[in-house]
Amino acid sequence: MRTFRYERSSSVSGAVALLAEAPHGAFLGGGTNLVDLMKLGVAQPDLLVDVRRLVSDRVEELPGGGVRIGAGTPNSECAAHPLVRQRYPMVSQALLSGASGQLRNLATTAGNLLQRTRCPYFQDITTACNKREPGTGCSAIEGHHRDLAILGTSPECVATHPSDLAVALAALDATVRTHGPGGERVISMTELHRLPGPEPQRDTVLQHGELITAIDLPPAPFATRSHFRKVRDRASYAFALVAVAAAIDLADGVVRDVRIALGGVAHKPWRAYRAEELLRGGPADEERFRQAAEAELADARPMPGNAFKVPLARNTLVATLLDLAGGPR
Amino acid sequence: MTTPVPAIGQPLDRFDGAEKVRGLAPYAFEHPVEHPVYLFAVQSTIAVGRITAIDCSQASARPGVLAVLTHQNAPRLSTDNGELRTLQSDEVTFRGQIVGGVIAETSEIARDAAGLVRMDYEERPHNVDLRGEVPGHRERLKVPDEVLPIFPMDTSEGDVDAALASAAVRVDSRYSTPWYTHNALEPHTTIACWTGDGFTLRLSTQGVTGIQAAVAGAFRLDPSRVRVISPHVGGAFGSKVYPRADVVLAAMAARLVPGRPVKFALTRQQTFSQTGYRPPTFQRVRLGAGSDGRLVAIEHNAIEQTSKIRQFAEHSTRATPSMYAAPNRRTQQWVAELDVPTPTIMRAPGEASGMFALESAMDELAIACDLDPIELRIRNEPQVHPHFQLPFSSRNLVACLQEGARRFGWEPRDPTPRARRDGGWLIGTGVAAATYPVLRLPGSKATIRVGPDGRYLVLIAAVDIGTGTRTALTQVAADALQVDIEQVDLRLGDSTYPPAAEEGASAGITSWGAAIHEAADQLRQRLTTEHGGTVPADGLEVTADTPDNPYLKQYAMHSFGAQFAEVRVNERTGEIRVPRQLGVFACGRIVNPKTARSQLLGGMTWGLSMALHEQSVLDLRFGHVVNHDLAQYHISSNADVGAIEVHWIEEDDPYVNPMRTKGVGEIGIVGAAAAIANAVYHATGVRIRDLPITLDKLLPGDRPGSEVGG
Ligand SMILES: Cc1cc2nc3c(=O)[nH]c(=O)nc-3n(C[C@H](O)[C@H](O)[C@H](O)COP(=O)(O)OP(=O)(O)OC[C@H]3O[C@@H](n4cnc5c(N)ncnc54)[C@H](O)[C@@H]3O)c2cc1C
Ligand code: SF4
Repeated sequence: MRTFRYERSSSVSGAVALLAEAPHGAFLGGGTNLVDLMKLGVAQPDLLVDVRRLVSDRVEELPGGGVRIGAGTPNSECAAHPLVRQRYPMVSQALLSGASGQLRNLATTAGNLLQRTRCPYFQDITTACNKREPGTGCSAIEGHHRDLAILGTSPECVATHPSDLAVALAALDATVRTHGPGGERVISMTELHRLPGPEPQRDTVLQHGELITAIDLPPAPFATRSHFRKVRDRASYAFALVAVAAAIDLADGVVRDVRIALGGVAHKPWRAYRAEELLRGGPADEERFRQAAEAELADARPMPGNAFKVPLARNTLVATLLDLAGGPR
Repeated sequence: MTTPVPAIGQPLDRFDGAEKVRGLAPYAFEHPVEHPVYLFAVQSTIAVGRITAIDCSQASARPGVLAVLTHQNAPRLSTDNGELRTLQSDEVTFRGQIVGGVIAETSEIARDAAGLVRMDYEERPHNVDLRGEVPGHRERLKVPDEVLPIFPMDTSEGDVDAALASAAVRVDSRYSTPWYTHNALEPHTTIACWTGDGFTLRLSTQGVTGIQAAVAGAFRLDPSRVRVISPHVGGAFGSKVYPRADVVLAAMAARLVPGRPVKFALTRQQTFSQTGYRPPTFQRVRLGAGSDGRLVAIEHNAIEQTSKIRQFAEHSTRATPSMYAAPNRRTQQWVAELDVPTPTIMRAPGEASGMFALESAMDELAIACDLDPIELRIRNEPQVHPHFQLPFSSRNLVACLQEGARRFGWEPRDPTPRARRDGGWLIGTGVAAATYPVLRLPGSKATIRVGPDGRYLVLIAAVDIGTGTRTALTQVAADALQVDIEQVDLRLGDSTYPPAAEEGASAGITSWGAAIHEAADQLRQRLTTEHGGTVPADGLEVTADTPDNPYLKQYAMHSFGAQFAEVRVNERTGEIRVPRQLGVFACGRIVNPKTARSQLLGGMTWGLSMALHEQSVLDLRFGHVVNHDLAQYHISSNADVGAIEVHWIEEDDPYVNPMRTKGVGEIGIVGAAAAIANAVYHATGVRIRDLPITLDKLLPGDRPGSEVGG
């Protein structure tokens, strides 16, 4: 591990200013991802600005029925918070399906959203990786890519984003509040993460030194009927092969409104706009659910080692919608 | 004198249990030492070739770095064990081979500086693909040397091909098991100190005597100059039996910094290339039977891999000749020498992988014969050992199957696949047999000293790898001495005690226990005959060897067991859950029911993990395991483990050893994966012959990719 400086600041603008002057510095949340990557030599920051005590670590109610999650809120506390559990059950379920109890106690909301890919080659500095070292090549495309993406990939990178929370937040049209060198801004959760394109080194649209301060969840009354379903290689403590976050608003067997995002399939949480569109106004039955899932996955470009994710994603989406619709699974 | 309560059979807590859970029992790396230095290994980034240039300038210049070891400055060693010829030449024989080491004041500096050592290579093509060896390349395969002399690598009886050709029912199936990595919770660690004329090594090992001999030999020292201490070991499973490069590197580093203890711990990632693994296997089983299920022929062959620097072969077909009566039998075993690290012993080496194949094939045969799989096994129960033609010292496979069936609720069972479901889950049950030989490793001695205060000190250089050996051996000693267990103080884990065979092959109690038993017998006898039953004022001491077993040539000695499993498979996603496992074992006398149960339970849990989760994924292009950490190398999590029941049959076998024990360390894993695979077949109608059984192999309906455009 390289030698690095460790700093805290008493103000958000102070923390942002510290990083603005350190092009190789990084914010430190719970450290459960960043510190691992530092040990592996994947991340080599020369400055860590610890923001755990700087940003809010609370969940609060917003006027109008929304909820604000402080960026420093531990994953375990956010998952357990009554406002989250009652209004957005899938957010709580997504968090609880991730990592382990110990990790969730340490990990923060912002850190979770900004964790790096779990692509094995990204984490191994002896292999080529365009995300870690642009231009060196992608070892995964012709290598071990069982866990990697089927949608929105590029010839440069086929990584997935590993966060479960991000998937639930993307389905709910959450927004991300940031404070950067250029001031404050609000970014839609669906736009925070990028598709890899020719620049896989950029996971998100954030600028260097842009601090996430909070996540806002808009009011979504029908999200009380929501579910996060994660399918993985063991019953716990594994990243998603495929995850589905879905909320549905039903009236007389007809889908009035619906929100769906898929995890484990792309470089970003995959908001299933196409499926939503097809479902809205239609019957809440297996046939329609299947059509919607197939439409969403029509552009999937799997590789030999992860082709199973296409039927898996389809079946998981259908099962989740059936669950929510109260029909047979 | 009142007869003490026998200690054997008591479910005693481990003597070191409380210390361990309170964090007070120091493992090797935690032993407090003064003014240590830290070592970090440099590993090759090619699989095969030669180091052409080394640049240590950046690493050496890093403040805090004391020395950089490479083949250019490493001490010359005297050993023909390829595994220990660390830094002896510029040759690279597998990816991740240790090609250097950095010694520094802190572990962080050592690790950082190790990344600064530049190596240039002349790379040659490598071959790490066992699958590529299977079709067609038989000429490149070798019949390995025998692992245990009493079990010949290949066996052949009668005319298998003719019997198969005329059999009413035939099964011919190919199975594979992947590369498994041990992943002991405590990685391999060492604190090495050069004391001027020898080494003190505190390390995590399964055999202090073996390490002592290896290090003394390599560094041309008298064994008495090498002291190896290993009081607590945080899991090993076979990976810590043989000395490997990590110990050599630590000792070399210690030579460079005399008087300063060198602390060395492998990272989790490094353990995947440095500490051995269970070799992947490709197996074929052919069974021929009458329509009544009686076997007329059994053929089992296995291909696996070893490295080019040292041969290690798992004897995967070893169990087959001990299992079922059939007049025509053949087992064959080959190894391919590949550019990979050397595999090693892993829990039930041979039986774990081989019995997955045989017991899956038996299930296939039961279906082909329309017979209950338990009934099929009972019909093929041999009268004598099929290969050795000796009576079994005891054999309770049928009792285990029947007792298991009763406890599990095997009957009534509709054998039709997909017949039971609950919501969206298909339910199935499966059974498989288990076996493991009763082994006794040579080379152990025990010393017992009794003082006039009536306290007994038992010394033996055995190790307790976390199984409860210390406690169980004390129970053995107390009964052999016919004294209360409170009077016995047993010490192990130090090479200054009488030498001991390594911990392995479920032979600890048999090998060490027999030596202790022998010493106890002799001590009691001398007390009576020479001292009239009173301990002399200056005490009395006896040292004895593990005696030979006079019955070895008269009986075949094996443990047996039966494994049951219930699985649920999600109809839409293929997810697999195993709510119930049940095992019944016949392993002779049980010394300590509590620690024995833990061993069997642990073995069965690993069997679950083997069935569903574990595999080291090799990248053929580079030659290394890519999923080299515990986030990616999946072992069963708590949420995967359902209710596991462990039972045993009372067995009193006077022929195996004076304690009448057979060993419980390995058999728990044997057959567990087959029981689960058989249950998966029952649930889904899909026969999975390639482990692990991951959900993609069970995804229903259209095959992946069929609806995808590109
Ligand atoms: C074995 C294992 C299994 C796991 N399984 C799962 C899983 O199944 N699902 C899942 O979703 N996650 C999983 N995780 C990931 C875990 O959730 C993340 O490690 C964690 O959420 C990261 O949070 P942190 O606060 O520790 O982030 P850190 O490691 O501190 O930071 C991560 C990144 O975020 C940046 N950062 C932190 N805070 C801010 C901020 N306020 N503003 C801007 N940038 C910031 C850091 O600079 C860094 O780049 C797993 C982790 C491990 C180790
Ligand atoms: S998929 Fe992306 S992260 Fe993985 S090796 Fe390729 S470029 Fe790197």
